[in-house]
Amino acid sequence: MSETVFEKMATLLSSKKGINKELISIDSSFEELGLDSLDSIELIADLEEEFNVNIPNTELQGIKTIRQAVDGLSKAMQ
Amino acid sequence: MQNRRVVVTGTGIVSAIGMNSSDFWNSIVECRSGIGPYSSPYAEQIRFKNGADIKQFDASTIISKDDLDLMDRFTQLAVVAAKEAVANAGISFNEDNAYQTAVICGTSIGGVQTQEQSYFDLYRENKTRVHPLSIPKTMPNGAASNISMQMGIKGPVYAISTACASSNHAIGNAFWLIRNGVCDQAICGGSETPFTYTFLKAWEAIRVVAPDTCRPFSKNRQGMILGEGSGMLVLESLDAAKKRGANILGEIVGFGMTSDASHITKPDQKGAEQAMKMALNDAAVNTDQIGYINAHGTGTLVNDTMEVAAVKNVFGDHANHLSISSTKSLHGHALGATSSFEAIATIMALKNGILPPTANFVEKDETCDIDIVPNASKEKNILYALSNAFAFGGLNAVLAFKKWEE
Repeated sequence: MSETVFEKMATLLSSKKGINKELISIDSSFEELGLDSLDSIELIADLEEEFNVNIPNTELQGIKTIRQAVDGLSKAMQ
Repeated sequence: MQNRRVVVTGTGIVSAIGMNSSDFWNSIVECRSGIGPYSSPYAEQIRFKNGADIKQFDASTIISKDDLDLMDRFTQLAVVAAKEAVANAGISFNEDNAYQTAVICGTSIGGVQTQEQSYFDLYRENKTRVHPLSIPKTMPNGAASNISMQMGIKGPVYAISTACASSNHAIGNAFWLIRNGVCDQAICGGSETPFTYTFLKAWEAIRVVAPDTCRPFSKNRQGMILGEGSGMLVLESLDAAKKRGANILGEIVGFGMTSDASHITKPDQKGAEQAMKMALNDAAVNTDQIGYINAHGTGTLVNDTMEVAAVKNVFGDHANHLSISSTKSLHGHALGATSSFEAIATIMALKNGILPPTANFVEKDETCDIDIVPNASKEKNILYALSNAFAFGGLNAVLAFKKWEE
């Protein structure tokens, strides 16, 4: 499940933000990938819709890396 | 022409904490919040449940049915607030002063209630037409135009739309028009009625609205709470006010505005600092003369931390001797109307020697280490105050007020 979330995230970042998939790893930070707070909101919103989950705003504010995003979404899906 | 002094002779307000200036101010003094579950048939589908909306509003006793038909809710609120301000000021408009009077209204979205109804009718109900007056009801200048029509005002009349700073920009513009001799008096302020399904969903999507309440400067604050309403001020040149024996509530002495040119939503500290400095410079007031600041204080992590840092940078050591509070904790964030509420609260604070509180404060945030007047208003006589507004789009507008003294 976590791998699916990561793969989906990488696909979205590639298609919507033009980021090379090979540069996206589970350890990447949003800052490293050139994403700001609004990009983060858009990405999480797309993933929430894709996986039909809701992530509370307080948790969203703490998501700064790909790993944190994957963990947050995985937790919401349980 | 020498710069003229500009005074406030009337205020009018409709808000979740009072449907007139007196009730509004009493709620501020008694720290009585208007935040709670908002009324909407769509609340179930929206993640956040609380707001500071106006539960019961009926303008039919104040505005004729024919005139009401021309007005979206945001305009109705504005006209009611303007009528109170004008009655408060004891001023009337006629051929002698109509062209020397301005009406400037701030709003971020204007007639969104009418717009939403149009979308509903077309997309949901598959109607083939919308209300024939949809255009005049939706247009953001609807409030300003209807006020001018209701009052017979024929000078500069327009709307200003700068998101959360709209009312400060409107009041500042009116101040400058009078100070520079273009007008002798003005009705200015703002109006906003954001509680529509689409607009609430948009705020849900940008992820800045708190699930509980608005706790400016408090640790673990979770964001803003939307509000609605209208605040209007009557401004006059001091000479005009004295000539007719007006009761003066306060003086407006400075206005500063800057643009961050940085990020479309995230505030920039430098832009905020420069706007405060510009207002102080415009007022010819030193930092150590400011006793109180009505904060933009939305209750978001980002704004409140930035704002306190900006205040400390501008005021230096004097930041330890002034107070700053956010009345959004009581009346909510009414977007384009909010800084009109805050201007009125600041004027009343100076007049009455009572500093408004920051409500809902729970725990100190080390990044907001300043006197925020937590949970109760306090008596303190001060001479000068600022009122801050820092908007989406990086637009900053700051007003400087002075306690009226003969």
